[in-house]
Amino acid sequence: MDAAQPQNDSDTLVRIRDLHFSRGARAIFDGVDLDIARGKVTAIMGPSGTGKTTLLRLIGGQLDPDRGSVQVDGEEVPALSRTGLYALRKRMGMLFQSGALLTDLTVFDNVAFPLREHTDLPESMIRDLVLMKLQAVGLRGARDLMPSELSGGMARRIALARAIALDPMMIMYDEPFTGQDPISKGALVQLIRLLNDALELTSIIVSHDVNETASISDYVYVISQGEVVGHGTPEDLAKTDSEWVRQFMQGLPDGPVPFHYPAPDYAKDLLNDAV
Amino acid sequence: MLEWIRQLGRSGISQFETLGRANLFLLKTLVGLPGLLRRPGLLVAQLWSVGVLSLLIIVVSGLFVGMVLGLQGYNTLVDFGAEESLGVAVALSIVRELGPVVTALLFAGRAGSALAAEIGLMKATEQLSGMEMMAVDPIHRVIAPRFLAGFISMPLLAAIFSAVGVYGGYFVGVGLLGVDDGAYWSQMQDKVDLFDDILNGVIKSLVFGWVVTWIAVFEGYDAVPTSEGVSRATTRTVVYAALAVLGLDFVLTALMFGD
Amino acid sequence: MKSNKTTELMVGMFIAAGAAALFVLAMRVSNLSSFSAGDTYHLTARFENIGGLKVRSAVTVGGVNVGRVTKIDYDSERFQAVVTLDVENRYNRFPEDTAAAIYTAGLLGEQYVALEPGGSEEVLKDGSQIELTQSALVLEKLVSKFLFEKAAEGEKK
Repeated sequence: MDAAQPQNDSDTLVRIRDLHFSRGARAIFDGVDLDIARGKVTAIMGPSGTGKTTLLRLIGGQLDPDRGSVQVDGEEVPALSRTGLYALRKRMGMLFQSGALLTDLTVFDNVAFPLREHTDLPESMIRDLVLMKLQAVGLRGARDLMPSELSGGMARRIALARAIALDPMMIMYDEPFTGQDPISKGALVQLIRLLNDALELTSIIVSHDVNETASISDYVYVISQGEVVGHGTPEDLAKTDSEWVRQFMQGLPDGPVPFHYPAPDYAKDLLNDAV
Repeated sequence: MLEWIRQLGRSGISQFETLGRANLFLLKTLVGLPGLLRRPGLLVAQLWSVGVLSLLIIVVSGLFVGMVLGLQGYNTLVDFGAEESLGVAVALSIVRELGPVVTALLFAGRAGSALAAEIGLMKATEQLSGMEMMAVDPIHRVIAPRFLAGFISMPLLAAIFSAVGVYGGYFVGVGLLGVDDGAYWSQMQDKVDLFDDILNGVIKSLVFGWVVTWIAVFEGYDAVPTSEGVSRATTRTVVYAALAVLGLDFVLTALMFGD
Repeated sequence: MKSNKTTELMVGMFIAAGAAALFVLAMRVSNLSSFSAGDTYHLTARFENIGGLKVRSAVTVGGVNVGRVTKIDYDSERFQAVVTLDVENRYNRFPEDTAAAIYTAGLLGEQYVALEPGGSEEVLKDGSQIELTQSALVLEKLVSKFLFEKAAEGEKK
């Protein structure tokens, strides 16, 4: 597959070129090119274990690539100083798979955490801001609960409220739908799209939940084996020629990705036992 | 054979790597300490969970250790007609050795394991990564206050242990066994030196506090972020901390009292 | 976690308890209470033999603790031990012909310096040297002297 088509620079918030990253001897990314458009919801999909979370960590500067360039809003992330990186991160929100709420703080204090760490706002203003963010995710009533008292879906919505507390320019979602019941999944799907449009964010969703993700994405990248194997709008991808992408998008059990792990011939294997 | 030697080399190298990581980690933690001046609330919260919550076990243990010393010391000394020296025997063994060492061991078991488990779980549940992505340095926000709280709490706990222990010995020796009240204290005051004994005991407890807390926060931070990894980090904290305390105690004793 | 106020209160009490424990150790358990940190002045004394005298050993007058040994040197020209004594300022009226002796507390106890005031009008000042000294008794010397005399007596008979 060829690289993503070049777009107008000011429309691109995140630009990744020729990204190489490996963990030990295993190459996770082997020449990935990606463009995330400003103001849009971009999905990055792929089977489990393709390093989608790693990609978010590379964008957030928690990991450094072996080779290649990661640019966010015109800044080269791996080359940033600590101060520069922290300044950039204040403009990014990230929603972790588990929510990553601080377990020793209440819901209210969790959402207030970035505000208290990074601003000198008076407590009354922090309270207003926190309640506004909680209202946006529909959990203003849960402000006094501890994270251990929340369901998984609520925890993720609280984490979302925390991620938008500092009014970032973009939010990265790491597997937001995994392990959610249909109702909270639906709520999250709707929230991601609504917040993106209402707050003029840029959203990156990393997921393997094809249907939910495709339903709210403007653009989709499919990654497998360390490379981009397909990209386009969800409608484009549904009509793609690539058998692989079609298998992934439609969730077929067998295809280019075989159902069986490579093994010797079945009949022979069974007979071997008798020898 | 060759394979065995290579194995040895590999584990040696990885041990050294861990040691290097631990030292870099300590350095970063120390850099984070001045920031606490602006946020004393973080330190107070940790003093609560590290210090105050360890208080009960320290007081009870100190009392019993002192009482046992009183009983044992009396039985030995009375054979020489020297039971008047019970105060000296109790005070010196507690102030020089048992106070700092037993407190450090209990501290490692009570506070150290809790610290390692808490930090390990924060790592496993992505709370530390989450903080990083919120542009908050977890070493400054999470580790530094815990480290400082441990370093402050340990000598205080050891002093409380020692003081309670001396009174435990007094209770058994004077109260139950009939040693002369005045002799217990005056002999003690005569033989226990502020600098040679008490101050050295405090220095020991400071060193132990530093090392035990360092091991605990590092093991937690360095834990493999799974439930198994956290449980191993907790175990390692207690084992390493206990070994370090006992080994260091020998070195410090040799330096301080070895003339 | 408890409310902030309770936490702060308990932590404050914890620190106070720790400080109190240190205070107890210093005042009640150790010899700090009998050792005043007040101003002192120095005296020196020369001894042929100081026995087991150590730095920080006590200096007494009539059984009262008035100071400490702060330094022990050896003068290799006169083959004598030079002992520096720190005596508290409020005991500054010792006559010039005061004598210093090294005694042992009890049969096996520690050794200390005992001062015995003389009758001179002049008083010892900071840096003065005590001229009249009596060395420590060394047990082995005593025993051998005793045996030697006994043997000599036996021969006479």
